[in-house]
Amino acid sequence: MSMIELQDINVRYHSGKSENHVVRGVNLSVARGECVGIVGESGCGKSTLLRSLVGLEGHWTGSISINGEALGPIRTKDQLRCAQMVFQDPFASLHPRHRIRRALSEPARCMGLPVDDARIAAALEEVGLPASFADRFPHQLSGGQRQRVAIARALIVEPPVLLLDEPTSALDVSVQAEILNLLSDRRDERGLTFVLVSHDLSVVAHMCDRIFVMQNGGFVDELSPADIGAGEARDAYARQLLAASFLEELA
Amino acid sequence: MNGTTLSRPRPMANAWGTLHSFFGELRREPLGFIGLMLIVALILVAILAPWIAPYSPSRQSLSEVLQPPSVAHWMGTDEFGRDILSRLIWGAQITMRTVLSVTAIVGPIGLLIGVTAGYFGGRVDAVLMRITDIVLSFPSLILALAFAAALGAGLGTAIIAISLTAWPPIARLARAEALIVRNTDYVAAARLYGASNLRLLTLYIAPMCIPSVVVRLTLNMATITLTAASLGFLGLGAQPPMPEWGAMISAGRRFMLDQWWVAVMPGFAILFTSLAFNVVGDALRDVLDPRHTKN
Amino acid sequence: MTDTKEILTVQNLDVTFARSAMKAVAGVSLSLGQGKVGIVGESGSGKSTLGRAIMRLLPPSATVTASKLTFDGNPLLSQSEREMRALRGNRMSLIMQDPRYSLNPVLPIGRQVAETAILHKGLSKSAARAVAAEMLDRVRIKDVARVMESYPHQISGGMGQRVMIAAMLLSRPRLVIADEPTSALDVSVRGEVLELLNELVTADGSSLLLISHDIRMVASFCDRIVVMYKGRIVEELSRLSDARHPYTLGLIAAMPDARHPVHRLRVPDRATFDATERSGSPA
Repeated sequence: MSMIELQDINVRYHSGKSENHVVRGVNLSVARGECVGIVGESGCGKSTLLRSLVGLEGHWTGSISINGEALGPIRTKDQLRCAQMVFQDPFASLHPRHRIRRALSEPARCMGLPVDDARIAAALEEVGLPASFADRFPHQLSGGQRQRVAIARALIVEPPVLLLDEPTSALDVSVQAEILNLLSDRRDERGLTFVLVSHDLSVVAHMCDRIFVMQNGGFVDELSPADIGAGEARDAYARQLLAASFLEELA
Repeated sequence: MNGTTLSRPRPMANAWGTLHSFFGELRREPLGFIGLMLIVALILVAILAPWIAPYSPSRQSLSEVLQPPSVAHWMGTDEFGRDILSRLIWGAQITMRTVLSVTAIVGPIGLLIGVTAGYFGGRVDAVLMRITDIVLSFPSLILALAFAAALGAGLGTAIIAISLTAWPPIARLARAEALIVRNTDYVAAARLYGASNLRLLTLYIAPMCIPSVVVRLTLNMATITLTAASLGFLGLGAQPPMPEWGAMISAGRRFMLDQWWVAVMPGFAILFTSLAFNVVGDALRDVLDPRHTKN
Repeated sequence: MTDTKEILTVQNLDVTFARSAMKAVAGVSLSLGQGKVGIVGESGSGKSTLGRAIMRLLPPSATVTASKLTFDGNPLLSQSEREMRALRGNRMSLIMQDPRYSLNPVLPIGRQVAETAILHKGLSKSAARAVAAEMLDRVRIKDVARVMESYPHQISGGMGQRVMIAAMLLSRPRLVIADEPTSALDVSVRGEVLELLNELVTADGSSLLLISHDIRMVASFCDRIVVMYKGRIVEELSRLSDARHPYTLGLIAAMPDARHPVHRLRVPDRATFDATERSGSPA
C-alpha cells in the first residue's frame, strides 16, 4: 500500500476575474519508505503542491491520502502528525525568541506527547547536536545547525512522512553534505517516506528513487537518478534543465 | 551558501538580545542618553516629591504673591504665593501618572486588537481595522475634549479620554507586524504541529510585535504629555488646586507680560518632558528596530 | 601570469573589520588580464569582501591594506571617493545577486539605460533611448518597449541582470565584478545570463571576476578558478581535475554527483586542511 496518494490535485487562486491555476491535475503515488523528488523552477507550483499535501494550503481540489487516511483541507492533530515539513531558509524557520529547548518541546506539547529534558537531549543527539544547545537561541547557531534543529523539530512528533522544501539550498556545499547524510541516515533508521522539492538536480538524484519534473503546475517527465547521471530525458524542458545544471563538470 | 551574510538584515532575535545592552548602545547616541537621564530624573522627582519639594504645593502665602525667582523661591511664586518649583515637582507626579496609566491601558489594547486583526485577516481584520480607522479619523484632542466634557473634568477622565484616542496607531502598527509574522516559516511549522490559534497569537506572534510597539509607545508618551497638558490648560484635566502643568500655564497666562515665570516655568517642564520622550523613542528605535539601523 | 595586458593587479590585500581581530581577507594576490576568472568559496571565505574591497565599496568600519592594488594603472587605494565614483559604473562595474537593488527603484528601466548612453556616448535624449532599446534587444529582452517603461520592482531577477548587462554594454567597463550574479535565478535563465556576460567580456576584451559558491558553474564558465578559504587563496586552477589542495578536493567530494551515486556523501574534514594550511601547503 502506498504511503502518499495524490489524485488529480488542482490548486486555483482567484483574484477578481483572473484565475491563477497553480497546480494542474497532479497524480502521485509514493510507496512507504520511498524518496520522491520534484524539480522545477520558481513558480512551477512545486511548493504549493507540497504545502497542499502537508495541510498548510487549503485551496486544493482532488484527493489526498497519507498512510491510508483520506485528508481534507482542515486537519486534525493526528492527521497533521502524519507529515511534517522542513523549510528552505533555516534563518526563517525557527522562532527567533524561542530557545532551542522551546522549539523542540512545543511540537510535542501541542501534540500531547510527553516531553522532558532527556527527550530533548535525545532529539538533539539524533541530529548530531550536543544537548547543551537546548539553551541557545537560533541566532547563536549557524545555518547548518539551525537546519538540524528544524529537522529535529519535524522528527520529534515521529511522523511517517517528511516533506523537504529545498532543505539545503541556503547552505554551503560541505554543510549540505552533512544535512543530506543526516536525512539519509534518519530515513534508513526510521523507514521514513520523503518528498523532496529542489531546483538542484544533483541533490535530487542523490537522494531520490524517482524524480518528477514539474512545469507550469503539472508533471512533464519522470526520471530515475540514472537518467540524470546520463543526462537523458524524454521531455524537452527536462533536457533543458539537465543541460543547465553543469552536471558534467565533476570528473 | 551565498556570500552575502554580511548584508543580511539583523534578525529580530538580535533586536531583543540587544535590549540588555541598550545602555551600551545609548552611549553612542548622546542625545538619547541625555533624554533617558532626563526621564529617569523626572521619575525620581515624581516619586520623591514629598521629600524634595521645598514647600507644600498648596501652601498659600498672601505676603509672597507673584514673587520673581529668588533664593527662597527658585522659580518664583504664583498668584496665591505658592512656590512654583514645589508645584512643578508635585506636577511631575501627575504627569507621570497620566503618561504611565495611558501607556499601560493603550499598549495591551492596541497590541491585542492589532495582532488579532493581522493574524486572522479577512472579516475580523476588516471589522477591527474599520473601527480603528474611525477612531483614528477623529482629532484626538477634540475627542478627548468631548469625553472629558461628557464624563466631567478630572484626572481620571483625562486618562480615559486620552487612552480612547491613543490606541489606534498602536493597533495599526501591531497589525502590520503580525501580517509579516503570520506568513513566516516558523508559524507554518507551528501550524503543522497543531498549535492553537490562541497559542500562536500569544506565544509566537505577539512577542515579535512587542519591540516596535514599545518604540511607538515611547514616542507616544510625548504626545500624551502634550495632550494631558492641553486638557489641563482647558480646565478639563486635573482640577485646581492640583498642580497640573497645563493648568498652571492656564492660570499664569493672566500675568504673562509682567510675571512671565508663572507660565513659562511649567511651559519648560512640558517642553523638556515631551522632548525627552521623543528623543528616547528615536534612540530606542535605532537600537530595537532592525529596519532603522544605521550603516 | 597572463601574456595580455594586466587589467587588475592585487598584491597582499588584507581586509580587517573594526571589531574583529580576524582578517576577513588575508594576503590575497591576484592578477587579472582579459578573460574570466572565478572565485569560489563557502560563506565566510571572504570572496564577496574581496570583490567589494577591489571596488572600494566596503563600509568605513573595514580597513583595506595592500602592497599593490592597481586597476588599469590607477592605484585604487589612493583614489578619492570622487575619483572612485567616476571609475565605478564606468570603467569598473559590479553586478550583484539581486539586480533590483542596483537599479534606481523610482526610475523606469528605459531611462536608466538611456542615462548610461547619455553619460558615456554623449548622445541626445532621443538617440539615447534608441540606443538603450537596441541594447535591451541585444540582451534578448522580449517586448523591449514594455520593459523600458517598467520599474525595477516589476521585472524578474533574470530580466534585471540582463538590464544591468545592457547598461554595461554601453559603458564598456574594463573590469566587471559579478557577485553571485545567477544564484537568485532559475536554472534555465542562468545559462543565458552567463552567455551574455561572456559576450560582454569577449566583445570588449575586458576582464570578469565571477564570485560564486557554485564550483560546477565556475569551472564550466571561467578560464581560471581561484579557491578561497578563510580569507586566503588556497589554490588557483585552470581545471577542477588539477585540484590538489585538500580543501578543494573536500569541496568537490562533498557535492553529490549523479554519475557516481553514493549512499553517503563525504563530508570535508576541516581539521585536516586547517592543519595543512598551517604547515604551509602548495597554495
